[in-house]
Amino acid sequence: MASAVEDPRIIEFDVRTDEMLINMGPQHPSTHGVLRLVLRTDGEIVSEVVPHIGYLHRCAEKIGENLTPRQWIPYTDRMDYLAGMNMNLGWAMAVEKLVGYRVPERGRHLRVLISELNRIASHLVGMGAYGLDLGTFSPFLYAFREREKILDLFEEACGARLTYSYLTPGGATADLPRGWLKKCEDFLDQFVPLIDEYHTLLTTNSIFVKRTAGIGIMSPDMAIDFGTSGPVLRGSGIDHDMRRDGEEIYTSMYEGYAFEVVCERDGHYPRDHAYPAVPHEAVLGDCWHRFYVRMLEVVQSVDLCRQAIDRYSTSTGSYGEPMKLTAKLPKGECYLETEAPKGQMGFYLVSSGDAIPWRVRARSSSFCNLSVTNTLCKGCLIADIPAIVGSLDIVMGEIDR
Amino acid sequence: MAGPTLVDQLKTKFGEKISGANLENIDPWIEISPDGLLEVCRHLRDEPSLAFDYLSCISGVDYLHTDEKKAAKSEWQPHTEVVYHLYSMKHKHSLVLKVMLPRWRDNEPGELPEVPTVSHLWSTADWHEREVYDLSGVYFTGHPNLRRILCPEDWVGHPLRKDYQMPLEYHGIRGR
Repeated sequence: MASAVEDPRIIEFDVRTDEMLINMGPQHPSTHGVLRLVLRTDGEIVSEVVPHIGYLHRCAEKIGENLTPRQWIPYTDRMDYLAGMNMNLGWAMAVEKLVGYRVPERGRHLRVLISELNRIASHLVGMGAYGLDLGTFSPFLYAFREREKILDLFEEACGARLTYSYLTPGGATADLPRGWLKKCEDFLDQFVPLIDEYHTLLTTNSIFVKRTAGIGIMSPDMAIDFGTSGPVLRGSGIDHDMRRDGEEIYTSMYEGYAFEVVCERDGHYPRDHAYPAVPHEAVLGDCWHRFYVRMLEVVQSVDLCRQAIDRYSTSTGSYGEPMKLTAKLPKGECYLETEAPKGQMGFYLVSSGDAIPWRVRARSSSFCNLSVTNTLCKGCLIADIPAIVGSLDIVMGEIDR
Repeated sequence: MAGPTLVDQLKTKFGEKISGANLENIDPWIEISPDGLLEVCRHLRDEPSLAFDYLSCISGVDYLHTDEKKAAKSEWQPHTEVVYHLYSMKHKHSLVLKVMLPRWRDNEPGELPEVPTVSHLWSTADWHEREVYDLSGVYFTGHPNLRRILCPEDWVGHPLRKDYQMPLEYHGIRGR
């Protein structure tokens, strides 16, 4: 396979009569950033997909070896730039795990509120962009209309609209401004009825169902074998969510919160009676199910946000002051995975006792989710490639780091 | 998950291949010799009471002080580590494995240290091992398709090694 890309002349001799190599990307609109896919096709049937990544590689891990943990926070923003808050949170908690620090009560609720709000924003883009992949433009505009309001809220809280650097080791850089909770509450009230619009636009749309149901079926064993996570894993019917099953330091953040992991159990999703029924064409683990899990997680996050608002407003004390910029880290190493919108984001931190870590490693969820593409796309049509890759909801900034 | 009982269990089963353990660290780890890695991993995955069916992450860590003064005071000899983070979906527990390697095979600079691939046990290891090979310079023997994944194919060197020098120039682009 290496030779196939390096020297095209070899292929000329090697190909069977009807086989063709098609290059998709790195600037293709449906590849979600700079991803290049080399397809080996026989007519319309795809027999092999070779993803080529690394176009956005910045070696953030090497940069992390030269900065203190708090200085590296802005680099985590730029990994999954659609969910910067969740990336900040993942790194902040990994550092806190090493230091052995617990965020105060008020800071804990602030973190839940902010990260769940960012989850909504990320899933909205995932949904809107998925519509774009399949050739419908309007859901994208609907999704961005609401996402804009979330970004406005974030801008008020931390001054940035995309790269927040807000949650940081120790807590957050600032407390929420006065009147922010009311605005957030207003947004949620206004947002919930609009979810039905998305379901009308996509979930039950017969063209959408025809393009996604029964396509790209991932069995539960395959999902685990390839280390997928997040909605991709739960879309295959595996009941696993780091917010419930993760390490104590992370799950304690959600202590006292009522939520149910979104995944199919006995043919039903939790609280799905309010939403369109699963179409009979859909098979567990296909593109439609991955999409639907995201849609239901939006509702779940709205619920968590409301709970967090109540708790945050009644709790007293500090929101968690950021750690000192040059504070020395204790010797040791730790690994922590958190549930980011796209899947489990892991940070591995090795410290030799200095203020600067010896080694930092980011385990990206999109990276693992993308690695399944070749197996998933074998035997499908070329037109299904955008449907399958889009359903994985990848962000190249996180894959290439 | 890694506790004295598991270490003893593995030691009775695999003997010398379990070359050490650190149970005091925040995430305790078990150290395995490169030649025993496959056997131990297969056991960890297939034994029902362990059932580590999910490979979270593989990382390469390079240990080398480029500063001579620091190297003189250092507690460890220069070496490279490959760290495996395993998880079990069934039992919801995790485990850290480590393989210690020399920085260069046979101490010949330029010859990458070798460790067997686990990509046939967990498919996700395929890309993770390619990344470790690309950035940390560890050769995974038996890997089906070991080429660079993040850096361009004609890139020289392994950026996450501590003695890595950024190239002066790459295809006409200034480096340093």
